[in-house]
Amino acid sequence: MERGEKIEVDEERRTVSVAPVEIERPEVEGVPVTEPDTPWVTIVHNDPVNLMTYVQYVFQSYFGYPKDKARKLMMDVHTKGRAVVSSGTREEMERDVQAMHGYGLWATLQHD
Amino acid sequence: MAGLFESAADGGAAIPLDEFEASILRSLEVQMLELIGPPPGGESDDPLAALFAEGPSEAPEDPALLRLFPDAYGGPGAPKDAEAAEMASEFRRYTELDLRARKREDALAVVRALDGLGGEGGVVAVGAADCPRWLGALNDLRLTLGSRLEVSEEDEDGLYGLPEDDPRKPLVIAYLWLGAMQESLLEAMIG
Repeated sequence: MERGEKIEVDEERRTVSVAPVEIERPEVEGVPVTEPDTPWVTIVHNDPVNLMTYVQYVFQSYFGYPKDKARKLMMDVHTKGRAVVSSGTREEMERDVQAMHGYGLWATLQHD
Repeated sequence: MAGLFESAADGGAAIPLDEFEASILRSLEVQMLELIGPPPGGESDDPLAALFAEGPSEAPEDPALLRLFPDAYGGPGAPKDAEAAEMASEFRRYTELDLRARKREDALAVVRALDGLGGEGGVVAVGAADCPRWLGALNDLRLTLGSRLEVSEEDEDGLYGLPEDDPRKPLVIAYLWLGAMQESLLEAMIG
């Protein structure tokens, strides 16, 4: 979600740029499509060891989610066994999954 | 009562540990380093060799290692299809060495800090920058002990009420202590 917003901001900047349009157009066309054709998702799975407070901390500090959202996702993991914590391109999700594994959370990615 | 973290004035955290607590924690972290294994290339002086080294493509068989380095594709329960298995294998080949390096560094940060006590008890001050490393290291230890003890959500095995002579008792005590320590560190960090 956050990544999509960032890409939009970039495009706004490009629109207000003072650079000549002729030079600019190919760049805009060369920019990867904002909406990935098929989104991927990162899923965090429940496990009996990780502390709830720690899982919430990871969602806040890595994804930058506000406390309430991080807490809700943590509760989803805990009560439903899993939660989708981010979505985007496959490369982005691989990065998120690797980060989750770094924190010791059990995460996988898959096609939405 | 075993040592717990309190927040420190510099934004970090501090934990009082007696000689035995420090020694147990150090020993657990050293075992963690042995479990993670040495970096690729070992004593080699060639930085390029390490840079281009590839990780394993097979998942570890040890359940504790598998918990530390899980498959990135294919969730729990259902068996993986061939495509997911291939993608998990490729992901592992390109990421596991970095993941192992991170966990090794986290464990080393704890060992170094404990070595600062010089084999005696005392207060270990953990700076704000090192707090996330300690969090990670404590979590890795809990994941490993939790896997060895086969900790479950409902505690079917009654791990928390074991008789004194049960061989698992010391590990359970360590596991619970690490959990309390991690929780206190989180509280100290978040405030």
